[in-house]
Amino acid sequence: MRHLIDPLDFTLEESLRLLDLADRIHDDPTAYRDVATRKRLATLFYEPSTRTRLSFEAAMLNLGGQVLGFPDAGVSSATKGETVADTIRIISCYADIAAMRHPKEGAPLRAARYSRIPVINAGDGGHSHPTQTLLDMMTIRRRKGRLDGLTIGFCGDLKFGRTVHSLIKSLARCKNMQFVLISPEELRVPDYIISEVLDPNQIPFVETRSLEEALPNLDILYMTRVQQERFFNEEDYVRLKNSYVLTRDKLALAPADMAVLHPLPRVNEITLDVDDDPRAAYFEQAQNGVYMRMALIMTLLGLKDPKTGEVAFQC
Amino acid sequence: MLKVDEIMNGVVIDHITAGTGLGLYHLMELEKLGDASVALLQNVRSQKTGKKDIIKIEGDVSKLNFDVLGYVDPQISITYIVNGHVDRKVRPEQPKRLVNVIKCTNPRCITAIEEGCDHIFALTPSGRYRCIYCEQEFKVRP
Repeated sequence: MRHLIDPLDFTLEESLRLLDLADRIHDDPTAYRDVATRKRLATLFYEPSTRTRLSFEAAMLNLGGQVLGFPDAGVSSATKGETVADTIRIISCYADIAAMRHPKEGAPLRAARYSRIPVINAGDGGHSHPTQTLLDMMTIRRRKGRLDGLTIGFCGDLKFGRTVHSLIKSLARCKNMQFVLISPEELRVPDYIISEVLDPNQIPFVETRSLEEALPNLDILYMTRVQQERFFNEEDYVRLKNSYVLTRDKLALAPADMAVLHPLPRVNEITLDVDDDPRAAYFEQAQNGVYMRMALIMTLLGLKDPKTGEVAFQC
Repeated sequence: MLKVDEIMNGVVIDHITAGTGLGLYHLMELEKLGDASVALLQNVRSQKTGKKDIIKIEGDVSKLNFDVLGYVDPQISITYIVNGHVDRKVRPEQPKRLVNVIKCTNPRCITAIEEGCDHIFALTPSGRYRCIYCEQEFKVRP
């Protein structure tokens, strides 16, 4: 039995096999509608996240499975002081697989250590969000046709942005990647991403404050929101929240085949007039997320792809 | 200069970063050593680093956890003294995992609220220790 807690829990080869399966589902979703009949997914959401929870639930329902769970900590036994370890022991009796979102970093890992069913990290505080990473990779590959030799710009909150950290770690395993890190000084990518991920893998990167200067050279622009919930200090949030706004005018500086990604929800960092531009890929991401999560659930449950008769890889 | 007698049987923990000896004393729980004599010397002159701290322990050290020294500072040396002579001199190895030796101080970490949750740190390839739950690096300030 395996879990998905960290974006690097799967090797690059395993991740690519998962992407292949997600692509097959994307192309013919009805072929997968009975794959997980009589299987149950528990969605354990200790903080509200309608988007991710519904994506997981849609994925399981699309596979013919069932879902149960709670949408925020207020309706769980956490309010009575139950530990994560105890909760997952109980949920293991009710479901075949669990997706957990928790405001505390490392909570899904804690759950996995006590679980009898596969645990998927659906986001733990500002730490990690591996299914977002997989759907980001899927979207990049579908847009560009490859996952190597790309220049990827990350823009906005690179300090607390867990999707950024996870994606950088994962893409660092691909060949000939370059990163452009665009952020205000206060929201620079943490030093450890440079010293433990980029430098050891000899990945070229530049740090810049200017989105406009970076845009002409990018294959992918990954925008992020400055998240209020990650700040202890309201003043810092207010000062930094409008650091970067991608408008249609700025997008004119970018290559015609660049793709704009965003983990969503956005607030005002991408203006509405960008939505109709063919480079806007962020709603595709949400759609790809369902297919990716279908592929992940199938693989962690050891369910065979009806198209190939095989599981993506053994868990 | 302050003079502390040489010891007959025990250990000398040398090359401790100046100012961190007292924290190390508590980390190793030397106050619980019982009958052993312990001397903590702070800001001793050092040719290599200018100044350093030293801890000398006379007596039974078999129950001491020297593992903690590896993560505090791999430059520390441990000299075992037997019958007044140097028996061996070693540098502490960095343990791969530290369980409940140090605590994660990240208020966003699950260890901050989960009852019965061990504080576990793992050694990274870069020689740093990170909490296995939140991956926050532990910075030693004993």
